[in-house]
This record gives sequence, structure tokens and C-alpha cells, in this order.
Amino acid sequence: MAINNQNGYGAISIRKVGKIYDPEGVHVEAMRDCSFEIAAGEFAVIVGPSGCGKTTLLNAIAGFDTITSGEIYLDEELISSPRKQIKPDVDRMVVFQNGALFPWKTVVENITYGPLVQRKMKKPEAMDAARDMLSKVGLNEIEDKYPEELSSGVQRRVEILRALINKPKVVMLDEPFRGLDAIAKTVMHEFLVQIFCTASNTMFFITHDLDEAIFLGHKVVIMTTRPAQVKKIVTVNLPWPREHHLKGSETYLDLKREVLEAVHEEAKKAFEAGEREMA
Amino acid sequence: MRRVKKYFTASTWRGFLSLMVFVALWQLVIFLKVPYLERLPYPADVATEGAKAVQSSGYWYNWKVSMIRIFTGFAVAQIIGIPLGLAIGLSRVFRGFTFPIFEMLRPIPPIAWIPLAILFWPTRELSIYFLVFLGSFFIIVINVIQGVGNIPVSLKWAATSLGARRKDIFWRILVPGSLPSIVVGMTVGMGVTWEVLIAAEMIAGKGGLGRATWEAYTNSAFPSIIVGMLSIGLAGYLCSALIRKISDMFMPWKRKF
Amino acid sequence: MIDRIRTGLANPQLHRAVVGILLFLGLWYLLTAVLQLPRFKLIPDPLQVIKEWFSLEPLSGRSLFTKTYYVDIAYSIARTLTAFGLATFMGVTLGLFMGWSRIFYDFSFPVLEILRPMPPLSWIPLAVLILPGVEVAVITVIFIAAFFATVLNTLLGVFSIDRNYFLAAKCLGSRPKDIFFNIVVPGSLPFVFTGLQIGMGIAWMSLVAGEIIVGQRGLGYAIYEGYSLYQYAQVICYMFTLGILGYASSAAIRAVGRKLMAWEARKRGA
Repeated sequence: MAINNQNGYGAISIRKVGKIYDPEGVHVEAMRDCSFEIAAGEFAVIVGPSGCGKTTLLNAIAGFDTITSGEIYLDEELISSPRKQIKPDVDRMVVFQNGALFPWKTVVENITYGPLVQRKMKKPEAMDAARDMLSKVGLNEIEDKYPEELSSGVQRRVEILRALINKPKVVMLDEPFRGLDAIAKTVMHEFLVQIFCTASNTMFFITHDLDEAIFLGHKVVIMTTRPAQVKKIVTVNLPWPREHHLKGSETYLDLKREVLEAVHEEAKKAFEAGEREMA
Repeated sequence: MRRVKKYFTASTWRGFLSLMVFVALWQLVIFLKVPYLERLPYPADVATEGAKAVQSSGYWYNWKVSMIRIFTGFAVAQIIGIPLGLAIGLSRVFRGFTFPIFEMLRPIPPIAWIPLAILFWPTRELSIYFLVFLGSFFIIVINVIQGVGNIPVSLKWAATSLGARRKDIFWRILVPGSLPSIVVGMTVGMGVTWEVLIAAEMIAGKGGLGRATWEAYTNSAFPSIIVGMLSIGLAGYLCSALIRKISDMFMPWKRKF
Repeated sequence: MIDRIRTGLANPQLHRAVVGILLFLGLWYLLTAVLQLPRFKLIPDPLQVIKEWFSLEPLSGRSLFTKTYYVDIAYSIARTLTAFGLATFMGVTLGLFMGWSRIFYDFSFPVLEILRPMPPLSWIPLAVLILPGVEVAVITVIFIAAFFATVLNTLLGVFSIDRNYFLAAKCLGSRPKDIFFNIVVPGSLPFVFTGLQIGMGIAWMSLVAGEIIVGQRGLGYAIYEGYSLYQYAQVICYMFTLGILGYASSAAIRAVGRKLMAWEARKRGA
């Protein structure tokens, strides 16, 4: 499995991470002893039952929230532990579930926002960079549109570009293609493969869609139901760049069976736990 | 125990502190003889005056008079305004005939009607009712029209496919569907209504909280003026709270727990 | 162009509007001039109002062709705009900071909540007694009226902003200042403009009351003077004048809003 690792940045190490919400009140344990590694430049996909704490992990890495036990390292630097939590910054970009393009900025204004507020580029330079990115993915005609004039698939692609222009170590995507139809998703996957092959960031990708997980990931991390732990890590030995005909291959189908089994077990547990909570 | 702790969060303390600071500042501007503001009465004098007022029957009589005026005018406005709004919202033809007249009269501030109202209505009391009515009438009608317009067509289709007749659609879909806008209209209308009532009482009224404040003004009785203002504020607040309460009763699906 | 006018004229809603307004004027005329029903005969009929409005030598000394009319208008507009301008500036600023800083909100909101339920007009007596001169008092009362509507809606506007925009902005390397100008300000604009619309309406209303109660000159004052001098036709002319000004000012706010919030307009157009 050829990890496209040109710069060697962006290795994430998650060590025995736990998170308890409202410890003195309702006491919800979202994660317990969760440990796994993501190599620099690796495309890691996280799957698991709804509400199992995948987003909790993302929030801790991004710096939106704290953890209550364990440690998270980014390139050997401690970024999150109960005693230390570094703030959100440009080395860790998040693409949100419902999209967070600023509706009051046009597409180029959104993309150039990062470099401009960080004062990394002058305005003309940033504009050129943004236009260059857009034309590479065939979206050069929308630069002056507002996000809400675009389809949600296009919005999501722009949001990914907005993250990538900052050259982050890690891009974290929280179910970015939820709500898109199957055809739109295929386009999105091709887009993401194309982007990933040229940008070489570490990817932290949360999804419910198992096809998506296997098609995109170097590895698929399957989480248990709450409190979330790692149930299984499936390594995906498919050649890059991923192409759609792979989905019919023997290896692919075997992988899918393996992932499906693990996920199904957890889904059943989550469902039963839900029933218990309701009763 | 945990519950008690929750009430005394940092926010509660800050709020308490800010009110203390406000009263202290009030005291301070008089003490320091800040130009113009030094003419304010001391907070303590206002409190004494307030304590005296609540023990007098005249004070409560003014409350009663103002409340009756508010509720009569307001109620009539709702009784006429809601059906009118529904009719304009539902019928294109009716809307075509009436809406322009409505839009011609609506921008005229209700208070500008004071002279005409006094002229037209045989008693002062009736003219005050009329002005209070105007204060909330246009607002409720506009809100009902918008409310009807905002009901998704899909709801109507869903109801029709479930076998609803026209009458059912009206009572089961349109009326409850426009309820949220009716509540917004009532809440906004209540605020404007108090504004109009105070003006009407100051200009033309006999009795009522606005008039009492005005009389305190003509006597330059500063503490009484502020007691009057605070009473009006409290009365207005209570009326708005009542509307919220009623709206919760009628819209259980919007209730916040 | 001509085709557009032609289709516009063929619109049944337009016909109904004309018929509706004619019916309204006809009914008004019938009640006041023809039938002269008890209370109605005191009210001038529409023809008298129009005659007075367009008269070269009006009975009241106030019509479209007199200088007084425009002086009245100028006074009222000057008062409203001064107060409204101040209220917008201070109200929006305060509202934005309250929404932006939790601590500032905790300290200022309770005071705001105590002062807010008092109808602006209840401030008139205090304002007149304390402040130097009637003019300042009237403007202060209008200011209070518009101020609370603006602060409150601005605050709601900031609270309405999706939390993810703040998080995304932080990821992208924003400092607090960048978040304020790029997220808080544009994100709250739609609510700010709602607040300005409401504020403008209350401002005109308070202006009329202020001018009637304490004012000298201005449309409200002239309405009450016309009433005392039995110039009822002029009273109605001035009411409509106020209506037109109120309508024009809220149309102006809408236009500015559309200009500043291009994204909202385009979304609706799409």
C-alpha cells in the first residue's frame, strides 16, 4: 500500500483516550481506552455506530473539545491530554458535516480567507492560488458565486479546497458526503482521490458508508458502540489511485464482508443498548 | 444540592453584580453632580415613593384602568385582525381588493390618529380603546398573512391525500400552521400597544399609569415619575409574559422543556 | 418595455387594487359627505382632504405649495434621522459586543432587561425635566425607542450564527479580531436589518408622540395644532404624509440591506 508520503508530516498517535461528558451530572462515557496510530500521509477512515464518539475524537484532535484521559500526539508533539489542550490551528483542518462555508463570502473569498487572515499571502497571490485550485478540479466558473447558489456537492468540494490551500498536516472530514445521492457521491470520491494523490495530507475521515470507507481508505478503523473503543482495524490493500472498477474486484468484496461483519455486530449492540435506554 | 449550585453560576453573580453597579452608578452621578443627570432623584427616594404608592388605592386603580384599556383594545384587534389576516392570506381575490387599502393605512403611526380618534368617538375612553386597537391591529394582520404564506404546500397535499376536506384543511392545517405567526404578532403588538396607550393617556386620558406619570411630571415629582415608569415597565412585562404563557398552552408542539 | 407595461396593466391584482382603493374612498365619501352619519360628519371627506393638500392657498396655511409644509417635514426628518442614526450606531455596536463576549453579556443584559420593558414614551416626562431643552428630550426619546429594538435584534443575530462558522474560522487561523469582522458582523446582518426596520417604525411613532406632547414644529406638532384649530383636513393630509415618510424610510432600509447582503438576495433569486 503506497502511502503517498512526501513531507512526512501529520502522523497521529491516539493513546488510551477516554472522554466522559458531565462527570458530576449525567455522566456519559463517550470513549474508553481508545488507541490507534495514523501514519503521516495515510488516509484513515473511521466507521462505527451513530453517536459512538467518533466526532468526540475529531473534536479533541481539532482542539474544539478536551479529553478526560489518555493522550493524543501529532508528530510526536502532545496536542491533547486532560492537562493540556492546544487550540485549533491551521495545521489541522476540519470539513464539517453540514458544511461551514461562510455564506456571506463568495467561493474565492472563502478559499482565500485562510491565507489572508494568516497573512501568508498577499491578496493577488491568494486569488491566483485559489483560481488555480478551482480550475484544476474543473470548478473555475463558480468563483464569484455565493455558497448557497451551489449544489451541496459543489459546496463540499469548495470547502475541501478551502482547507487544502492552507497546506495542513491533517484534514479531518466529519461525514462530509452525508445526504448526497449515490451519483453525487461517486463524483465526490473521484475528486477526493484526485486531491489526495496530489496533496498528500494525512486524512481523518469519518463516515457511515462502508463502500466509501473501503474505496477511500488505506485503513478502516471500526469503532465499538459507546463507550467507543477500537474494535478492529482493516488494512485496505487496493492500488492507488483508486478507480471505480476496483469495486467489483475479489479483494474489495472480501474486505467489504470483513468490515460489514464487524460493523453489524456493533450496530446490533448499539440498537439493543438503545432499546434498553428507552425501556 | 446540585440544583442549588446551578442557580448560582458565574452568570447569575455577574447579573446580580451588574444591577448593583447600575444602582451605584445612579447614586454616583447625582453625588458627583454630573451635568443634567444630577437632577435625578436618589434611588432610595424612588424606593420610598414606590413603597408609599403600593399602599395607596389610587395607584392600583391606575393599574386597573390601564389594564382594562389594554385588554379591550388588544382583544378587539385580535378578534377582527386574525380572521381578516386569514382571509387576505387565503384568498387571492380578497387580497387584491383589500390589501392595498391596508398597506395605505398601515404606515401611518397609530399615535398620529389621536386627534381624529378624539374627534370621532363620543367619549375619550372609546377613543383610547380605538388607539390601542390600532396599535396591535395592523401588526397581527400582517403576521397572520405571513403565517398563512409560510405553511408548506406539502402539508396541504399530505392532508388532502389523507382524505381531508376543505373545512378540515382550514381548521387542522391552516389555523394551527399560522399559530406561531399569530403569537409573534401578538407579542410585538403587545409592545406597541403599551407605547400607544402611554401616549394616549398622557395626551387624552383620565386615570391610568401613563396619566399618573404625566401628572407626576406636571408636579415635577421626580420619584413618582420613576415609580410610574417602573410600574409601566412591569405592567408591560406582565402582559408579554401572559401572551407567552397562552401561546405555550395553544402550541404544545413548540413547548420548551 | 411597452409589452411589460401592457402585461402589468392586464394583471387582475392591479385592477382589484384600484377598485379596492376607489371603493374605500367612495365609502369614506359616502359616510362623511353624502349620508353625513352622526359621528362621521365631523370628519372631512376625501375631496376636502385632497383639495387642502393641493391647494395654493390652504385654509390651514399648510399644503404641498407652502413652505411651512416642508419645514414641518424637515424638522421631523431631522429629529428621526439624528435619533435613528445614533441608535443604530450605538445599538449595533453594543449588540455585537454583547453577542461576542460572554462576560460582557452577563454584565449588561440584566440592566438592559430591566430598562427594556418600559415603553420609550414613558421616558418623556423624565427626559423633558432633566435634559436641556425640548429638542434634546424628543430626540432622546426617539433614540431610546430605536435603540432597544436594534440592540436586541443584533444580539439575536449574533446568537443565530451557526457555531461551526466560528470553529471553521478558528481552524483557518483567525484571530479574535478576524472572527469579529468576518463572522460576527456579516452573520448577524439579517437580524440587524430586521431590528432596524422595527426600530424605524417605533421611532416614527415616538416622534409623533414626542412632538404632540412637548414639541415645537414638526408633523406631529402640526397634527395636534391642526386639530386645535379645527383644520381637520390638514390633520388627515399630515397623517398620510407621515405614512409616506414611514414607508419611504423602511423601503430605504430594505434597499441598503439588499445592497449589504448580496448573498441573501442571490439565494432568493436562485
